[in-house]
Amino acid sequence: MTTAQSGSGLSVGQLSAGYDKAEILHSLDLEVPPGKITVIVGANASGKSTLLRTMSRLLTPSQGHVLLDGRSIHQAPTRELARRLGLLPQSPIAPEGILVDDLVRRGRHPHRSLFARWSRKDEEAVTHALAATRVTDLAERAVDELSGGQRQRVWIAMALAQQTDILLLDEPTTFLDINHQVEILDLLVDLNRLRGTTVVMVLHDLNLGARYADYLVALADGHVHLAGTPEQVLTEQTVAAVFGLRSRILTDPTSGRPMMLPMGRHRMLDAPGLEQENQP
Amino acid sequence: MTTSALPLDSRAVERHRRIVRQRLTVAVLALLVCLLFVLTLVLGQSFTPPADVVRVLLGETVEGASFLVGTLRLPRAALLLLAGLSFGLGGVVFQIMLRNPLASPDIIGITSGAGAAAVFAIVVLSLSGPAVSIVAVVAGLAVALLVYGLAVRNGAAGTRLILVGIGVSAMLHSVTAYVLSSAPAWNLQEALRWLTGSVNGAQLSDAPPLLLAVIVFGGLLLGQRRELDALRLGEDTAAALGVRLARTRIIVIVAAVGMIAIATAATGPIAFISFLSGTIAARVIGSGGSLLIPSALIGAVLTLAGDYTGQFLLPSRYPVGVVTGALGAPYLLYLIVRINRIGRSL
Amino acid sequence: MTGQDAPFPRGATGFGNGKTLRGLCLVGLLLALVVLVALSVTVGTRDVAWVDIVAAASGGTETIGQAAVAVRIPRTALAVLAGGALAMAGGLMQGVTRNPLADPGILGVNAGASLAVVTAVAWFDISSAGAYLWSALFGAAFATVFVYRIGSLGAGGATPLKLTLSGAATSIACASLVIAVVLPRNDIAGGIQSWQIGGVAGATFDRIVPVLPFLLAGFAVGLACARKLNSLALGDDLAAGLGENVAMARFLASLGGVLLCGATTALCGPIGFVGLVVPHLCRLLVGVDYRWLLPLSSLAGACLLLASDVLGRVVARPGEIEVSIITALIGAPFFIWIVRRQRVREL
Repeated sequence: MTTAQSGSGLSVGQLSAGYDKAEILHSLDLEVPPGKITVIVGANASGKSTLLRTMSRLLTPSQGHVLLDGRSIHQAPTRELARRLGLLPQSPIAPEGILVDDLVRRGRHPHRSLFARWSRKDEEAVTHALAATRVTDLAERAVDELSGGQRQRVWIAMALAQQTDILLLDEPTTFLDINHQVEILDLLVDLNRLRGTTVVMVLHDLNLGARYADYLVALADGHVHLAGTPEQVLTEQTVAAVFGLRSRILTDPTSGRPMMLPMGRHRMLDAPGLEQENQP
Repeated sequence: MTTSALPLDSRAVERHRRIVRQRLTVAVLALLVCLLFVLTLVLGQSFTPPADVVRVLLGETVEGASFLVGTLRLPRAALLLLAGLSFGLGGVVFQIMLRNPLASPDIIGITSGAGAAAVFAIVVLSLSGPAVSIVAVVAGLAVALLVYGLAVRNGAAGTRLILVGIGVSAMLHSVTAYVLSSAPAWNLQEALRWLTGSVNGAQLSDAPPLLLAVIVFGGLLLGQRRELDALRLGEDTAAALGVRLARTRIIVIVAAVGMIAIATAATGPIAFISFLSGTIAARVIGSGGSLLIPSALIGAVLTLAGDYTGQFLLPSRYPVGVVTGALGAPYLLYLIVRINRIGRSL
Repeated sequence: MTGQDAPFPRGATGFGNGKTLRGLCLVGLLLALVVLVALSVTVGTRDVAWVDIVAAASGGTETIGQAAVAVRIPRTALAVLAGGALAMAGGLMQGVTRNPLADPGILGVNAGASLAVVTAVAWFDISSAGAYLWSALFGAAFATVFVYRIGSLGAGGATPLKLTLSGAATSIACASLVIAVVLPRNDIAGGIQSWQIGGVAGATFDRIVPVLPFLLAGFAVGLACARKLNSLALGDDLAAGLGENVAMARFLASLGGVLLCGATTALCGPIGFVGLVVPHLCRLLVGVDYRWLLPLSSLAGACLLLASDVLGRVVARPGEIEVSIITALIGAPFFIWIVRRQRVREL
């Protein structure tokens, strides 16, 4: 694991966290590789969102720590942290009628003090964010009139305007049509390549996760079951352990990455040990 | 999709246009407030020449005008103005923080709490003046704390808060009605003041504490303008943008409740001002503009206009709270209909 | 173990056999009612001796004690009827709207009835008991339809939050309008106070008897709706799939609710929270079968209102606290407790 980008080292140690005394994460360890795309996958209630929320400081751990460059994020000043860590939460809320331009401008909040005027730097950050996410021509439109994919791009633009080294995304592709899902994931790869942004995201879809991740983390029951490259992590044993599902792993001919094919009880061609459907 | 060629200037021009439009709106509102204030001083049962009004304000004794303007009209106008600003500003920050126009302090029980406490202080404890204001503030804060504490589960308040607030409000309203009915001399006018708000019998000495509250608490709230803007995006996003949630919440709630409670102690809970100002401001100010000052100004417009209407434009004399109540309730219903139709929030 | 009780298993508390529990509750409530009736007649701002009670019961009104009892008997009767009516109305509304927070007070039905009566008194100079009644019924019906229509617009239909908000807004609107109507009329202003705060004081059989047919009709209609409400609880689509006429079921249940609320408000003024608290508690004990829930709620409602009235008479001697204040003080915390229990999704 390289320590390429200075100041992008996000690591989690012995982390236990949860809600209302129900502990969801149990003593979890994770090193996020800087400058790479990390994807977290797992079953519902495995702790994916809880982990991301703890890493973005929305949740305070009951035990353990989240470190950014060796400093605990839960002790860092809020503003300073907001300049290093950006977050796109699961269901972001846009005030009625807000224009894209105004929404992206909000991303400059951590960089502006109470009496600061809107500066050249702020303007440039917003312009670049709009351009990188290709929503510049949508700048004067209302956010609630946009399609799902466009809206997600606008939210990512806002996070980009924050100019952080690290971007955390909680299920950015859920509820989107498949074309928009791919659109968003491609955009994140662009950002990672062009700006070196460290991306950490929770994804629902194993296959998309394996395709787009540099580093894949499989969670089960509140701890890391396996973490590594998609080839290392996405195996039949992992799928069985994390999802309780039989599967076949092939190499996706379009991307060269591993691809998971679920194996159920029916519609299986040659499944030794399983009963065949009655032939008519 | 290719990167659009929309130049930097065009976007900035558009934004500039928006900002100018918003500033213009605020200026118009401020002008309206001034006009209504002057109207209240100049034209009542009789017309007092503006020159005379100015002389009275400057301290001269003017035959026929001093009493009318100085003792009757000026205290009313001053209290209405300050109370309107307080309810407008205090109300909108709640609606912003809770991201719902229906989470206005007069619906979720804070205004009722302050009113009930004030009534209790006056009728049962026989207090008056600043003591009543203090009791009202403490009660308002207690209710806010109670409602919030009861509504929070897993860190999410939202819907539950509004419902809890309605329950608390109903209870407090009963208490107020009971205390009033058991008071030795059940005076309809007094009762109305405490049930829906009125400035009948206002005295100029009531104004300074309210002025102080507006300046101090209003200043605090305006200082939180950016944080409130960020909070409109949801607590998660706001936290990610660097807003210190706990600190902001405390400052905003204490300042807003303080303003509202002191205003309530002076005029009673003027029905619906908090709710109406915020929602009207949101519709009048476009995207990206701050709602705080517009809402305060609209609050003042509503109180001044409402009282004037109630005093001179209707077949009988009604206190301001009855007018705003009768107007506000249909608007609340309309808003519910509209929200239901499109499923959005403030 | 389920057998005859399916598909309505034992109550949420998981007590033994559902039927036994229901039987116990029934007996318990009847006993409680008897005790409370006795209390209501004997206790009050003035204590009376047994001799007086017996004498008054057979019509004598010689001593002050007997007179006091003579006043308390109709009052007790009214409390029993009103409590039972409001509780059943609440149960019916909760069934129709599938909303755990439904209650005639919260949904603005009481406020609508009050407004109608006040307006009729102020503008049409009505004074007969019959006129009061019809105005109240009209107001209650109008408010019910109005609140429901507004609350069900938009996504999700009539969710608890939307209905409650519509009801709260309507209540406030009606309260403001009541003041607006009353204010110019100093002649009736004093009497209006009783319309802001509901209570059972001053009850006489002369006033109760004309309203009785409407109350009884309301009870009858309500009980007849019980099975329909059981179907409705599964959702409109499923209920229709089971062969239930959803619109008719809704209409009948609402009619029952309106009759009960309107009649009660005509007699007592607005009393809230009984319809909220009682069906809820009963549901915890005996489950969601409306055939049991409605009658038991009525009994429990009667007990609650009687108890509140007795409390109001005892706690504030020599004065008394009106029943609606007590129910608000008990009911609001209860309402909040319910809101806290529900999962956010259900709201």
